[in-house]
Amino acid sequence: MASVTSAPENARTTPAIAARLRRAPRPYVHPYLGGLLLGVVLFAAFFITGNGLGASGGMNRLIVLVEDALVPEHVDTTPYLLEMAGGDRNPLDSWVVFVTIGVVIGGFVSGWLNGRLKVETNRGPRVPVRLRWVMAFVGGAFMGYGARLARGCTSGQALSGGAVLSVGSWAFMFAVFAGAYALAYFVRKLWN
Amino acid sequence: MTPFPLTLADYLGHWGSYIVYLLIGFAFGFVLEISGFGNSKKLAAQFYFKDLTVLKVMFTAIVTAMILIFLTSAAGLLDYNLIWVNPTYLWPGIVGGLIMGVGFIIGGFCPGTSLVSAATLKIDGIFFALGTFFGIFLFGETVGWFEDFFYSSYMGRFTLPELLGLPTGVVVLLITIMALLIFYGGEYLEKIVGGKTDPAERPRWRYAAAGGLIALAAVVLVMGQPTTEDRWKWMEKEKSELLAQRAVQVHPGELLEKMYDKKLNLVLLDVRDERDYNLFHLLDARHVPFEDVKAYAEELRAEPANTVTVVMSNDEATATEAWKILVAESVSNVYILEGGINGWIDTFATDTFKSEIRPVSAGQDRLAYAFSAALGARYTIARPDPHAYDLEYTPKIQLQTVRGPASGGCG
Repeated sequence: MASVTSAPENARTTPAIAARLRRAPRPYVHPYLGGLLLGVVLFAAFFITGNGLGASGGMNRLIVLVEDALVPEHVDTTPYLLEMAGGDRNPLDSWVVFVTIGVVIGGFVSGWLNGRLKVETNRGPRVPVRLRWVMAFVGGAFMGYGARLARGCTSGQALSGGAVLSVGSWAFMFAVFAGAYALAYFVRKLWN
Repeated sequence: MTPFPLTLADYLGHWGSYIVYLLIGFAFGFVLEISGFGNSKKLAAQFYFKDLTVLKVMFTAIVTAMILIFLTSAAGLLDYNLIWVNPTYLWPGIVGGLIMGVGFIIGGFCPGTSLVSAATLKIDGIFFALGTFFGIFLFGETVGWFEDFFYSSYMGRFTLPELLGLPTGVVVLLITIMALLIFYGGEYLEKIVGGKTDPAERPRWRYAAAGGLIALAAVVLVMGQPTTEDRWKWMEKEKSELLAQRAVQVHPGELLEKMYDKKLNLVLLDVRDERDYNLFHLLDARHVPFEDVKAYAEELRAEPANTVTVVMSNDEATATEAWKILVAESVSNVYILEGGINGWIDTFATDTFKSEIRPVSAGQDRLAYAFSAALGARYTIARPDPHAYDLEYTPKIQLQTVRGPASGGCG
């Protein structure tokens, strides 16, 4: 029964999807509205599960999964990795992995609905594409290293810890802004 | 009893509960994308005072979530004891934060936003995400070189109200006001540095939203956060029934058996005064005087999920009061030693023991044996041989699912 009724609907939506992909990107929502919505999502996470949000933790476990598949002995002899994947422990057996996967899907769906799915490289006006790629990789490496040292990234520490008033998370948040502002002047040609 | 957070695994199973996290992640990624966080140019503009979207979104989100968390906590819907508060490791957090700031301005993203960017096919986002994977890998391989630093300046679950010595409601209101002042200054900077004068970017409704946040923060302040007594009142009906039915009073024989159960993490909590504890206590019993029990609840909540706590005093009176405090403060699997220490000695004392240590008539919740020396746990009956006794009792201890996250953060 369900398939019979949904067939004509599919026929109607297909051109709509095509039109959606051709359309110019919609503007972003107002930052305060985005913030309010993000706040409600963050609250819902704490309210329902007791956990906040996270991203780098999930990425960490994906990397450990690869390491555990390639060099299991190495994982079993490194205490930091052992916690996540030692012996028969499954590194994917953690809430943060699923939040991280959800982030990718949610970002994709929103980009798709709003006409922002586009292969492009966002960069400062005077930066060659290749240099932007190298800088993105280098910046990412710093970010990944720092996020693990700080036990969380902007999501897991600043947002989540900030909302529940953790002292360490607030100190961390100011350190991130301080680090970025301190260096911003010296790399201004990358962005302006 | 405070109904939230939910014990998801009880409803959905271990792996099934992860569907909820997948949905939360979906909403998170969706909101990041519609806020413009998939675009590195928009993110980096923050650090040249041209477009303060990052600051506005982040602080609005933190303030909104904070107010809702403490509002529902005040109303008895959400148990703040059971939500994950990132433990403070001060200096690793600050140094890691500085390194991340460097990565942010060079690369234009943070880990979460780079995933959103990559998902919308931005090549710089993909490179950044790959770089993040590499950085994380590098950390896992090098953290062994500076493990002492990584675990240094640990302060546990340490919150701003504790640091400032202010009530939670005051801190919530202060942070809300601070955020609104930052927004005011930020909009001014955007106007003079970024040349933003478009009135469409400054809608009237933001005043109403600001007023609403202040009003809610004021409500949080007025309601106050629940005390242990409030928490007990919310659950009194249900929990005093357990006491009346003697469902949580554990027979000495059952406790003895559990002392030898290697699958349990058994915590023996002796809440008597120091004198009695020094005269005699069970082997490995932790001494936490009654007045410190409330503060100790935090440590018990941090124990592993297979933890069973048994509280004891000389008889049951003080232990029962301590039990109420621990249960009110969200500790799972707490029991009372039936008959207390006096009952324990009655059950296990041998004839030689009785010939040396005489029973005396004591008042309520006083030690009923005249110990002559403070030998603590250096008596055989501090941990008797379970095979030497044949005791009949109804087992009461059931290991229940611990509520709240066992670990969290970006674990």
